[in-house]
Amino acid sequence: MSWRRRALDLGVIVALLTMPYWMAAVGGYTELATRVVIMGLAAMSLNFLLGYTGVLSFGHAAYFGLGGYGAAMAIKYWNWGTLPAIAAGALAATVAAALIGALIVRRRGVYFAMVTIAFGQVFFFLAFRWNAVTGGDDGLTGWRRQPIDFGFAQLDIVRNDHALYYFVLAVFAVCVAVMARLIASPLGRSLVAIRENERRARFLGLAIERRIWLSFVISCFFVSIAGALYALLNNFIDPRALRFDLSGNFVIMAVMGGMRSFWGPLLGAAIFVALQDYVSSRTENWMFFIGLVFVLVVRFFPRGLLGVLARRGAA
Amino acid sequence: MSLLRVKEATKRFGNLLAIDDVSLSVEPGELRAIIGPNGAGKTTFFNLISGLFAPTAGAITFAERDVTALLPEQRVRLGMARTFQITEIFPELTVEDNLRVAVELAAGHGLSPWLGRAAARGINARLEELLATGNLTSKRNHRVGALSHGDQRAAEIMMALALKPRLLLLDEPTAGMGDQETYDVARLVKRLHRNAGLTILLIEHDMRLVFNLADRIMVLAEGRVLAEGTPQEIAANENVQRAYLGEAAK
Repeated sequence: MSWRRRALDLGVIVALLTMPYWMAAVGGYTELATRVVIMGLAAMSLNFLLGYTGVLSFGHAAYFGLGGYGAAMAIKYWNWGTLPAIAAGALAATVAAALIGALIVRRRGVYFAMVTIAFGQVFFFLAFRWNAVTGGDDGLTGWRRQPIDFGFAQLDIVRNDHALYYFVLAVFAVCVAVMARLIASPLGRSLVAIRENERRARFLGLAIERRIWLSFVISCFFVSIAGALYALLNNFIDPRALRFDLSGNFVIMAVMGGMRSFWGPLLGAAIFVALQDYVSSRTENWMFFIGLVFVLVVRFFPRGLLGVLARRGAA
Repeated sequence: MSLLRVKEATKRFGNLLAIDDVSLSVEPGELRAIIGPNGAGKTTFFNLISGLFAPTAGAITFAERDVTALLPEQRVRLGMARTFQITEIFPELTVEDNLRVAVELAAGHGLSPWLGRAAARGINARLEELLATGNLTSKRNHRVGALSHGDQRAAEIMMALALKPRLLLLDEPTAGMGDQETYDVARLVKRLHRNAGLTILLIEHDMRLVFNLADRIMVLAEGRVLAEGTPQEIAANENVQRAYLGEAAK
């Protein structure tokens, strides 16, 4: 691995570890930092499929939202603790992804993207309509995240927003480390092979559909953890967390930051979340400005903001 | 027993009869060539053998198994590897990583989230061997998409070879190459055949190459077998001369 990649890793780690302390200096606040990390995890999870397998999903919000609803419902209806609630959300989303993935992996390119939207919207309407269970359009309220009990100590993520940030960061770190490990493994290389040349991959003996399914499920698993954290952060979840425009936002984050670079989607998410926060406090039409930035980035950095680095790192 | 046996294969695309009742058997250790004018159905025939298309009629037996209904990847796992007329590689990856993917799959590590030290050593050793065989050691860290035509072809052949195939299918391995590159690839194919005893079936349009390399030649024209035999027999065959060889045979 090149020194460039190492330096980038180190820079990202230091920036993330210190973020709550300099966020205020650049006009942010701790909750915004937490949101950056969560959306970063979502975008990096999507990128496991998009950047490292070469398959575009426009339906990842469905699994993000399922993770969120799963965690929220586990707390509201069963009084589960924070960690089991996250696991419940992840399990629900992963099972859904496994079933839906099996139905759609034969589609390719834009057709795959279309069916991911279609299946994603099924969950949106389910959450939107099923008032009694999901709270419908108003969202699921009447629950709160719980302090995390380690037996010997308690982590108060309820009122202490620094504690919440570092809890979220710890979950992020574990997820990202596992993804990095997978990408650098024989399994990860076989996925990149599919991205690079499906025909060659098939004639090396790879069962392409099964691998795309696996990559889809892994990617959805991690995005669902981001979704669960998102629900915990807000003490709230509503159907917009499942809607296709959020899926589109994940894609924008990944492409803007650079989908061929490991940290690219995190940078994309940071820019997206910061812009959204800043611009939406001034105008309702914040999406216009995000779109403008997106167009400029794609025009001048076709490989994404970190894409240039990634290319040199790979050589 | 033949390694590969194609029995009365026919492939129809709508009204077009691309392959018409073609039979072929390839013995272990043989280097067989298929020649024929453009549009004779050579590549289609290869696609039937390797499983890209299913034949309209006929049967294909490989290593004493009926593979007619098997998917390409299943045939690969039985020991059938192929290259393509237009090189199929992983252009954005380095030469080394191209081969590494193939070696890891061949070693059964395609699903491993990590590698033990012993497994990694074995894979690296095999990798070095293949880089050396393909004359690619000095270019191992180059992006394969940036290499010359001949080196890309060598990388593709090495990826196929990494699978330790029982049968190697080469579709016009010297297509679009200059003299030096053609010579290099021919030498490589010869080496694989002579030294490693590999069974090879190749499509080729370069006559000199085919007559030098092949043990036996099959001539296809308009989807049918025009002739079959040793290079000498083929060169002497009047039908072949009329249909295909023309001036080149004299």
